[in-house]
Amino acid sequence: MTSVEPLDQQPGAPDPPYDCPGYGSTRLRAPKMPLQPLPLGLADAQGPVFGPHQVLPADSDLTQGQPGEPLGERIIVAGRLLDGAGRPVRHQLVEIWQANAAGRYHHDNDRHPAPLDPNFVGSGRCLTGEDGSYRFVTVKPGAYPWQNHRNAWRPAHIHFSVFGTSFQERLVTQMYFPGDPLLAIDPIYRSVRERGAAERLVSSLDMATTVESWALGYVFDIVLGGRGATPLGPVGI
Amino acid sequence: MSSLDQGTASSPPTTSSPSRGATPSQTAGPFVSLGTGWAATGRMVDEGTSGAIVVAGLVLDGAGMPVTDAMLEFWQAGPEGRFAPECPAPWTGFTRALTGPDGAYRLVTIKPGRFPAPGGQTQAPHVNVSIFARGLLQRLVTRIYFSDEPAANMADRVLAALRGGDGSGRHESLVAQLDGDLYRLDIRLQGERETVFFAPW
Repeated sequence: MTSVEPLDQQPGAPDPPYDCPGYGSTRLRAPKMPLQPLPLGLADAQGPVFGPHQVLPADSDLTQGQPGEPLGERIIVAGRLLDGAGRPVRHQLVEIWQANAAGRYHHDNDRHPAPLDPNFVGSGRCLTGEDGSYRFVTVKPGAYPWQNHRNAWRPAHIHFSVFGTSFQERLVTQMYFPGDPLLAIDPIYRSVRERGAAERLVSSLDMATTVESWALGYVFDIVLGGRGATPLGPVGI
Repeated sequence: MSSLDQGTASSPPTTSSPSRGATPSQTAGPFVSLGTGWAATGRMVDEGTSGAIVVAGLVLDGAGMPVTDAMLEFWQAGPEGRFAPECPAPWTGFTRALTGPDGAYRLVTIKPGRFPAPGGQTQAPHVNVSIFARGLLQRLVTRIYFSDEPAANMADRVLAALRGGDGSGRHESLVAQLDGDLYRLDIRLQGERETVFFAPW
């Protein structure tokens, strides 16, 4: 078919495999055929552009914008968006979404019998600064049950969606909280096979980010790139 | 923001992670629309814009059932074959769409031009697609080509490699068929006629 060996999971890549038996939803959604390599087309290497007019400063405070304050533990989540060489990724879009403090999403498909909070939607976004930094104010999400297996519970987490400077760097991931005993039994967290890589999904309590008498601060740096080496260079296709 | 909050604006967060390896991917989960839906218009241009086309289809799982909770991102060159920001604003070449209860997506755009490939060749007009959903621990990356570009498609090296000499013809899973006034392409995550997915790195 082609002289190029199709790619499977890159050795050493941090990402989980598509097919992950412990995570039931992969069963009918993970492709069975190997991924195909793409030649490095220069044009494709650039990335989408979001303008500041689309993202307002208030969008980074998930505790505002409703009639009252949400219930739960107010927290600050901050960090830096970096490329694989450790350089800041500037002016790029960071989006988050999460459950409320009771572990319930503001979403029609969430059937967990925990209360919705009329003062919490759980969706925010911002652009990174000159130093690649971002900062959100929110509440700590609750753990919640899901139907993956008997008595399955997700550890508290915040979904992150970030853009790098190229199409290749696009990343959606989840941030967890330090010391959560549910991490050890969560198939999604554990889908990352390399332990050191999985631990990079866990934020750190940070007293410099914490605001005295107001909110605990957690730091979560996001490093793009390194999703496997360039496959075989500009290959013969 | 409260005043207390602003009081820390000058102290940047400390860097806590000693290791600088890449952050792994995790699934976008079933509620991806909550965080990304604000920008999911499915339109690169307004409907009715001169030259606008519609690409539509279903996202299906390995049992042939609709994937009702996916978020698709589209990224493409402009009609002259260049990517933003090298083509005139307001063109960005980027948009998103959520699948509906029937698993359907719909993209309103302008057909991209051919653009250069390594070695002095050109790539056939295509749209890059990323798919995020519950059950996808990483995004899936695919492409949408156009059935009414037979010469460009025949010369395209990515399609050629998939066409194969053995008649496997997997390239067909990437070619949207012109059907009346729209292009149709279903995306099959798994199973017979599984769509071709690419390693995006």
